[in-house]
Amino acid sequence: MKKIEVLFNKDTRSGFGEGLLEAARKNENIVALCADLIGSLKMDAFIKEFPERFIQTGIAEANMIGLAAGLTIGGKIPFAGTFANFATARVYDQIRQSVAYSKKNVKICASHAGITLGEDGATHQILEDIGMMKMLPNMCVINPCDFNQTKAATLAIAAYNGPVYLRFGRPVVPNFTNVDDVFEIGKGSIINEGSDVTIFACGHLVWKAIEAGYILSDKGINAEIINLHTIKPLDEKLVLSSVRKTHCAVTAEEHMLFGGLGESIAGLLSRNFPAPLEFVAVNDVFGQSGKPEELMIKYGLDAPDIVNAALKVLERKNN
Amino acid sequence: MTVKELQKIATQVRRDILRMVHAVNSGHPGGSLGCTDFMVALYFKILNHKKEFSMNGYNEDLFFLSNGHTSPLWYSVLARSGYFDVSELSSFRRLHTRLQGHPSTDKNLPGVRIASGSLGQGLSAAIGAAMAKKMNKDQCLVYCLTGDGELQEGQVWEAAMFAAAKNIDNIIAVVDYNGQQIDGPVDKVMPLGNLKAKWESFGWDVLEMNGNDMNETVNMLYIAKEHTKKAKPVVILMKTEMGYGVDFMSGTHQWHGKAPNDEQLKNALAQLEETIGDY
Repeated sequence: MKKIEVLFNKDTRSGFGEGLLEAARKNENIVALCADLIGSLKMDAFIKEFPERFIQTGIAEANMIGLAAGLTIGGKIPFAGTFANFATARVYDQIRQSVAYSKKNVKICASHAGITLGEDGATHQILEDIGMMKMLPNMCVINPCDFNQTKAATLAIAAYNGPVYLRFGRPVVPNFTNVDDVFEIGKGSIINEGSDVTIFACGHLVWKAIEAGYILSDKGINAEIINLHTIKPLDEKLVLSSVRKTHCAVTAEEHMLFGGLGESIAGLLSRNFPAPLEFVAVNDVFGQSGKPEELMIKYGLDAPDIVNAALKVLERKNN
Repeated sequence: MTVKELQKIATQVRRDILRMVHAVNSGHPGGSLGCTDFMVALYFKILNHKKEFSMNGYNEDLFFLSNGHTSPLWYSVLARSGYFDVSELSSFRRLHTRLQGHPSTDKNLPGVRIASGSLGQGLSAAIGAAMAKKMNKDQCLVYCLTGDGELQEGQVWEAAMFAAAKNIDNIIAVVDYNGQQIDGPVDKVMPLGNLKAKWESFGWDVLEMNGNDMNETVNMLYIAKEHTKKAKPVVILMKTEMGYGVDFMSGTHQWHGKAPNDEQLKNALAQLEETIGDY
């Protein structure tokens, strides 16, 4: 497997913060809202440069979503930010009626998603958000893998007309995408070409998939690693073309098995090209307090878990 | 337009509401009949709106219906004020209609800027639209109608707190204070207490009116306009009778979400003269 270079280590939420500032410099209609989590969402630089375009809503997420929907009517492009739990589960009906059904150009920007939020525990570790958001008609769902890609995704959604759910996280993680990589909504990218098994991953699990790829490579297994940053609309062409080549696949995500990327891929494959498939995801349990890395191991989201899943599907393929 | 002419239109709108709801044996006549005088006054006298509908509504007043179940009233008023042909009212709640059970933007019905129906969300959207107007240096106003039972939703008070804190003074919220909701009188289901004091303590400029008196409604809407642009959001507590205009529907929650049968329709229409032509 080819060597994937780590350029630096940084949190994905900082990529959002930089992307927001850059997008705002390009388009004066971009405004930002936040429900008492400015620092966590890395909005400080935006607020410093564009104070008149920032709206502090206080701890009132339902109102924040409604305000954002209303702002679009006057031609604004609102980026509404808070923790992923409060950006989705807490305000699902507001998003459903005022944003998705009403086709409003609102960008729901969700930080601290998944288990890697860490010590705060299960109340804040949402693992169901991708599922909830992808079920909504008109909603686009994106979970980028590192700092550069989160920044690129933020710029891309600013230019896209329609509701978007952008999911990112808290921990410092390896950055391996280049600053000038093209980010296209709905188009996955092949990180490593392989022929034995495909690993589809999104978010923080893309790096874990790369680590798994090295381990598999040492075992003589040539894994194709694909970064599916957009869960909806799914890059069906890329998924099918890869599995037609490898005839087996593993999905990896920092999300509940039900409703996640894996479920979308399972549905696609079962309709078009049934093949052995395993899921690396949280399996129907709530998380708990702990260090992000400890939790990734505890809940089976680590590189060895991806390797084991790959070995399983390879065995099924070869029998 | 004179008060007498507005009353004529209101009578016709009430006929529309009853005939629309009766035709599909579903819909919400009670609140619709109660708010008819207000909405006719708003669209035919007060609202500075353009003939051609545009979603962004630049340089015109905007109206948001938060209690979306009063859709038959809104659709009738939108059609009668020229947004679409009145003949389309006969499609209300039927398959493929633009006149969905609750208002939506899904099929691009002119006049509707956001979906409503799930209660408590409209005021937030209206405040957002009012903020966009301020950012755009647009001097026009935003109006929003909510129910009184709807005020039991927490989001309304999030929005109320926000608008006062941010000095959103280009909005006029109107509460349909009819004292009725699906399960019975608001005072029995979940009392609102001293509603005037509640809004005042949230930092709003509170006005009151009888929303079934056309003369008073027009006058108070003009007064409310004078109260805007003074650093405070404005709310009108609008006393109405649910089912107003039809004797056997008046003042009870029984007709909140129930259609009249053939006999009841005949009886109701006999109380409301056809003034400017049925659809």
